[in-house]
Amino acid sequence: MDLTELYQSVILEHNRRPRNYRKLPEANRVAAGNNPVCGDAITVYLQLKDGRVAEVGFQGAGCAISQASASVMTQRIKGLTVAEAEAMAARFIDIVTRGTPDEEDLDLSAFAGVHQFPARIKCATLGWHAALNAIHGEPATASTE
Amino acid sequence: MNAPLTAPDWAALRAEFPILNQVVHGHPLVYLDNGATTQKPRTVIEALTRYYERDNANVHRAIHELSYRATTAYEAARARAARFINARSPEEIVFTRGTTEGINLVAYSLTGRLRPGDAILVTEMEHHSNLVPWQLLAQRTGARLLFVPVTGDDGLLRLDQLDALLADGVKLFAFTHVSNSLGTINPAAELCARARLHGALTLVDAAQSAGHMPVDVQALGCDFLALSGHKMAGPTGIGVLYGRREQLDALAPFQGGGEMIASVEFERSTWNKAPHKFEAGTPDIAGAVGLHAAMDFLDSVGRPAIAAHDDALAASAFERLAAIPGIRLFGPRGARGGLVSFLLAGAHAHDVVTFADQEGVALRGGHHCTQPLLRKLGAPATTRASFYLYNTPEEVDRLVEVIARAARFFGG
Repeated sequence: MDLTELYQSVILEHNRRPRNYRKLPEANRVAAGNNPVCGDAITVYLQLKDGRVAEVGFQGAGCAISQASASVMTQRIKGLTVAEAEAMAARFIDIVTRGTPDEEDLDLSAFAGVHQFPARIKCATLGWHAALNAIHGEPATASTE
Repeated sequence: MNAPLTAPDWAALRAEFPILNQVVHGHPLVYLDNGATTQKPRTVIEALTRYYERDNANVHRAIHELSYRATTAYEAARARAARFINARSPEEIVFTRGTTEGINLVAYSLTGRLRPGDAILVTEMEHHSNLVPWQLLAQRTGARLLFVPVTGDDGLLRLDQLDALLADGVKLFAFTHVSNSLGTINPAAELCARARLHGALTLVDAAQSAGHMPVDVQALGCDFLALSGHKMAGPTGIGVLYGRREQLDALAPFQGGGEMIASVEFERSTWNKAPHKFEAGTPDIAGAVGLHAAMDFLDSVGRPAIAAHDDALAASAFERLAAIPGIRLFGPRGARGGLVSFLLAGAHAHDVVTFADQEGVALRGGHHCTQPLLRKLGAPATTRASFYLYNTPEEVDRLVEVIARAARFFGG
C-alpha cells in the first residue's frame, strides 16, 4: 500500500503540531500509557466534572501514529460525558482494528489505514487506552503489550 | 582454520543465501537487520535437512547406529566451536540456547559464590540480556551492581573510571564485545586484563562480535564468553557458552535433569563433568550441526575479511547519513562495528522503519534492548541498520536514499 494511506496528512499534521499538548494543573485524573516494545509513552491528564470530560491534555513521546491519535483523542473527547467518551473510544478502536472508515468522521477515519500495519495498531490505540484508564480512575499504566 | 588467501567473491557468497533473493512490498529485499539475526547460507540449511533426513537420534548413552552418528555430529560441533573461538579444549564449550541463556547460566550458577557487599560490574551499554541476569543475581545475593559509564553519543566507555570501579569489591565484570545499539568495539582484552589484576572474573558478551570478527578467548583472556548461533549465519536456538576449564569445574550446576548427572539416587545426585554438567535434557542437536556448518562457512570466507567488509559498509553509511539534515548518529566516529544507529529530527524510529519497510529495506527501530543507555542519551528509540557479509554498497545507497526521503516526509 502507499505510505500516504498510513500517514494521511491529518496524522502528519497532528504529529507536527499536537493539540492540547500540555499538563493540566486542574486535572483530577491522570493515567500513563506506554508501549515497552516501541518506547512510546503518553500521559493523559483529565478534569472530570459532573460526569463530563471538562478538560483534557496529554504529553508524551513516540511515533507519529501514537502522538497524532492522542492529539485527535483530546479534541474528540473534550466535553463528552463518560459514556459518550467510552463510545467514542470504542468507535476509534473499531476503525483502527477493522480498517473500516467512518464517512461521518474524517479525523478518526484518517487512522483506518493503520489496520493494514498490524504492528502499528497498538501505537494508534495507546492514547485512547490511557484516556479510558484516566476516566475510570485506574491507577495502573495502560500497556499495549 | 586459516583465512583463505584470495579476496572473497562477495557476489557469489551472497548467492549462497536463498532468502535474500525476494521482493518485499514491490522492491528487492535489502536486509539490514543483522544485529537482530542474520540469514543462513545454503550449507547451513542443508546441514539441518541432512541431519534430520539421515542421522537424527538422541545423543549419548544409546548404542544404536543413528545415536552414534548424532552423538558424533554433536560432539564434532563442540570441537568445531572450540576451534572457532580458540578454546583450549572442547570441554570448555557448553551448548546453550543462545547468548542470553549462557549469561543466565553463569549468573545463576554463581549464586553461592557472592556475598552481601560484593560487587558485579557491567557497563551502561549492555543489552538487557547482559544486565537483567546480574540484577537478579544481585537480588539473590545482596551484591551491588556497578556500571562503567558511557561517554555520550560517541558511545565509548569511561575507561578512566574502570580501575576505581574494579577496586570496589568487584567479583565479576561482564561487558559486551561490540555494542548492539552503538556499534562500539570495546577493547575486550584490555578490559579482561585489568579485571584480572583486581581478581575479578570476566564474561564477554560476544553476540555481536563472534560472527563478524576474529574472537579468540585465549587472546582475550576472559573467563566466560557467550555467543548466539543465529547472529552468525547459524540456526536459532543454539549458542555457545565458553568457560575457562577451571571456572566451569568450579561452577554449580544450572538446570537439573538427564545428561548432567553422574549418578542419581532418590535423595541426591552427583554431577557429570563440564560441559555436560550444564547441558540437562536433550540438547538442540540439529542446531549444533547447523552451527558447525555456519562456522565452517564463516571461516571459509575469513573473519578478518568479513569484519573489513561489514565495517566498510557501516563507515560508508555513517558518513553519508551524516549529511542528512536533522540526523543524530550514535556510536564512535572512528573504528566501529558493522552497524549504524541514528535519530531523525521529527521522525520517530518506528515511522522511519515502517517507511523503509515499504521500500523493501528491513531496519530495526526501538531501544534495541538497551533501554537504560538510550534513556541516558535522551533517545527513547533509534533506527538501526546493521550489515553482514552479503550486504552490498548498492544496498547502502538504497538505505541512504530511503532515509533521506523519510526525513523529508516526516520532517518537511
